[in-house]
Amino acid sequence: MDDSPAPDGPRTFSRIGQRSPNIRSFDAVTGRTRYTDDLSFPGMLHAKLLRSPHAHARIVSIDATDALAMPGVHAVITGKDMPVRYGVIPWTQDEYPLALDKALFVGDPVACVAAVDEAIATRAAAAIRVVYEVLPHITEPEAALEPGAPKLHESNKHGNITKSVQLTFGDLDAQMAASDAVAEGHYFFEGMTHGALEPHCAIGLWEPHGVLTVWSATQVAHYLHRELSRVLDLPYDRVRVIQPPVGGAFGAKSEPFALEFCVGKLAMLTGRPVKLLYTREEVFYAHRGRHPMKMHFRVGAKADGTLTGCDAKTLIDGGAYASFGLVTTYYSGQLVTAPLRLGAYRLDSTRVYTNKPACGPKRGHGSVQPRFAFEVTLDKLAEKLGLDPIELRRRNVLDVGERTINEFLIKSIGFRECLDRVEAASGWKQKHGKLPLGRGVGVAGSFYISGTNYPIYPNEMPQSAVQIKVDRSGRVTVFSGLSEMGQGADTMLAMITSEELGVDLAAIRVLSGDTDLSPVDLGGYSSRTTMMAGNACLHAARQLSTSIRAVVAEKWACAPKHVALAGGYATERQDTSRRMSLGEAFRLAEAKLGALGAMGSYNTPKDVHGDYRGGTIGASPAYSFTAHIAEVTVDLETGVPRVETIWAAHDAGKPLNPMIVEGQMEGSAYMGFAEAILEEHVIRPDGLHRGPSLLDYRMPTSLDTPDLYSMLVETADPEGPFGAKEAGEGPLHSSIPAIANAIYDAVGVRIDALPFSPDKILRALRAKGAA
Amino acid sequence: MLPLPDFEWLAPTTLADLVRALGEHPTDTLLLAGGTDLLPNLKHGLHAPKRVIGLRRVRELSLIEESADGGLTLGSGVTLDTLANDARILARYPALARAASLVASPQLRRMGTLGGNLCLDTRCAYINQTAFWRGALGGCLKRDGDVCHVVPQGKRCVAAFSADTPAPLITYDATVELVSVRGARTLPVAKLFGGDGVKNHVREADEVLTRVTLPAPARGLRSAYEKLRARQAIDFPLLSIAAALTVGDDEVVTDIRLVVGALGALPRVVRKLEAHVGKPVSPELFDELARAAHTQCHPLSSLGAEAWRQDVVAPMVKRTLAALRASTRE
Repeated sequence: MDDSPAPDGPRTFSRIGQRSPNIRSFDAVTGRTRYTDDLSFPGMLHAKLLRSPHAHARIVSIDATDALAMPGVHAVITGKDMPVRYGVIPWTQDEYPLALDKALFVGDPVACVAAVDEAIATRAAAAIRVVYEVLPHITEPEAALEPGAPKLHESNKHGNITKSVQLTFGDLDAQMAASDAVAEGHYFFEGMTHGALEPHCAIGLWEPHGVLTVWSATQVAHYLHRELSRVLDLPYDRVRVIQPPVGGAFGAKSEPFALEFCVGKLAMLTGRPVKLLYTREEVFYAHRGRHPMKMHFRVGAKADGTLTGCDAKTLIDGGAYASFGLVTTYYSGQLVTAPLRLGAYRLDSTRVYTNKPACGPKRGHGSVQPRFAFEVTLDKLAEKLGLDPIELRRRNVLDVGERTINEFLIKSIGFRECLDRVEAASGWKQKHGKLPLGRGVGVAGSFYISGTNYPIYPNEMPQSAVQIKVDRSGRVTVFSGLSEMGQGADTMLAMITSEELGVDLAAIRVLSGDTDLSPVDLGGYSSRTTMMAGNACLHAARQLSTSIRAVVAEKWACAPKHVALAGGYATERQDTSRRMSLGEAFRLAEAKLGALGAMGSYNTPKDVHGDYRGGTIGASPAYSFTAHIAEVTVDLETGVPRVETIWAAHDAGKPLNPMIVEGQMEGSAYMGFAEAILEEHVIRPDGLHRGPSLLDYRMPTSLDTPDLYSMLVETADPEGPFGAKEAGEGPLHSSIPAIANAIYDAVGVRIDALPFSPDKILRALRAKGAA
Repeated sequence: MLPLPDFEWLAPTTLADLVRALGEHPTDTLLLAGGTDLLPNLKHGLHAPKRVIGLRRVRELSLIEESADGGLTLGSGVTLDTLANDARILARYPALARAASLVASPQLRRMGTLGGNLCLDTRCAYINQTAFWRGALGGCLKRDGDVCHVVPQGKRCVAAFSADTPAPLITYDATVELVSVRGARTLPVAKLFGGDGVKNHVREADEVLTRVTLPAPARGLRSAYEKLRARQAIDFPLLSIAAALTVGDDEVVTDIRLVVGALGALPRVVRKLEAHVGKPVSPELFDELARAAHTQCHPLSSLGAEAWRQDVVAPMVKRTLAALRASTRE
């Protein structure tokens, strides 16, 4: 959608492509940012949830008499107060704000208290008497499929199955039969959680004229808006959701949670503002982290390295509720089909319910796990073929304009250059297979979507809209429903606006995440923000630019295309001595046109997906590509792995702000490394979380973190704003298999189950006779 | 956030006032030095004191005194950060400085104290959890239950000894002073600990640990401390090893001390090492000591990964011995 006003030659940029600090960073690092929990209102009550201590139990009765009698307690609500099922995916709504009949995991909320302070609310919650009938529970996904297994959701037509997807593309059996080598593996990806610094928090405010405002640390204000209206039975136009700055989310806050409904309901019941802040332990129970997956992958190739077929079977452990599970099930199969060309592909993915905290989307939703399995299988295949693993990948890279085997259209791809860059930077050729025992390098590649092509609830409306207001002060205000959560989304809007209107970043205010103030954006998930809100912003900014340039051109009696807005001035391109400050230009335009503003919107192209049931899930306007090389050392006596260095090259199209793109790449590589080596979200057989704290859920410290090198590979994507694609999730995927492959290069053992902990490595070394 | 229980807060400024206040309701009173262990435990509902006495304002507790022969007496309020960086401790007792430097993180070392580390509660996967979690589990031997989840038939709590500084102090023959309204007593650090994780030290409720006395390092003393942990900061030990060898000018060993922590409730002093006295310092000697430790040390599931931890006792001991450093006078 390039209608760039530059009259001749290639577009040059003044702001886009510049390294520019996140406009929110200074406040964040100096403690000035006001997060949801920093907000307070006169008369505000504090709420606390009572949670089930049982993994699976029928709620026989709830008696809140003692709690309600405690001084300072204002209200207690239970499932019966909000008996409406919700869920982010309209087809799989299976969750009540508070458990209605049954609690489905240890930590499932069953009641909520509002009191004058948090301590009283905590004591009152403990005074609520719940009688449970304990039921048999399931913590292993295989058990969920057994005949006679306890059933979590009685109304589910498919037993304990959330979703099962079988798709075949091409003639898999023929392709496998024609292969010269086939590699395979059984892989296990343990559950992982997000570990965002800010716990979930929400405040409800009910105003007598019948408007409910909910402040929430959410990354999907729009979906929350819809669900609050539905569950609390309020007209859609009487609910306002405000998303204050969010202290990290990574997918953890991409759907509604108990706390938002509870503060809304309690505010309506008590007439007081009500706040609920999760403890760290409760964040582990809210979870929605990466699904544990058990995967069997087979990949074949011809002797020359041409990939023939891939056969993938995956069992997904969903936890107690569906969450995004329908999408997860598709993603687990649909998102391994690039950057490499496959002759045929079969996927068979099944997600089941278990009595554990519900899994959902974590950075690289659904596809990080199969990417690990696929890339490690490729490494095994390269060895069988006697090919360098980079060379094997190079021989199969998809081309621009090609469709993947599952019919997704690739409009730009810089994967070859990603491979070249990491190969050169890491010294791969001198290292792979050549380092001393205990030291090795591994490579992996990946791709990811720049937003999901279709919204979560079917509709024809734009995916994102942005409004820009300009006034006589020279200030430009950008209104967007997007979710700033530390990733730099507001900065992205400011930079695009600055580029188009020529105003300094300091003169731009971005007001995002308020459903009353800003036009709709579907939220901060699926790496959609730059693609969708960015394009909407560009659309709005260009309309304004056109209007303002026309007014200035009229004054100067020149063609509008000869008026440039840049560097704080309107300038005549052919006579640069003619210029006026932008403030002056805005005043001129305001006098001529009246109020200055524009609305822009973006919707996705409808010709990029697959023509089969499910072929829209995983389709995106554009795809990013990544290659990682990891160098690791392994202590042969203790099995302790140390990731020394990760080189990452990423094709984010045109990087709008290389500083932020590199930050996303480093953060992604770190998060992948953390999952590879240390983190694991384990639920014990009795249903208890093994250690719901940041002491026991071990995220690496700066001392543990490898050296990270980020390299940007630039492509011009025809769909992205200025050619930009996503950078927030793609660069995580290949981090993990690169480390797995490096461990193999170092010590010759395959660890096919995450995390690659020292006990597993030492056991494998001993089995091999190497330690 | 998790609320603290309600309690009375006292912050005396003299040792005399402190001891008196502590003597009033000793069994309902807890002492808070840096608070880095106690506050999380209070938030987890592991204690419900009526009174908490802060120690930070008692200046007598943060002194470091030198004895004429080169020993040191350390107030229990000396911070771990000071222990890790004090030139005298680094020179004379390098294993103690290193142990202190490996506790938690810089912020916690600036709050945490020597006395607090000596009195650190034992730790276990089944006890260091929130009250909600422990309630869902049904309690354990240490609190609210009668079952040990680590040793199912066990009658004594085996929560793990998790402090870093006591093991090197034991190898240095350090002593502690405990003071109460009843008087003062001194005992070796090795005798401070009991074998039950419910209360693994012998300090009476009315006693405050005031100071630690380290004898002058023997001529030829070499010591070291190493810690196995999942991350390079923050974590409590999965194994901790303190070693001290006294070595003559002829490189022959005249005394051997080896203490291993993070097993059961007690730091394990590796026994029967006398047979190795008289041998020269050598890789073979280190191998033999590592084998002895491997035989005597048995990690438990209280901290997880027990089979692997057992496997790495020997390499960890060898690494500790390889890192031995001579005590000097700064």
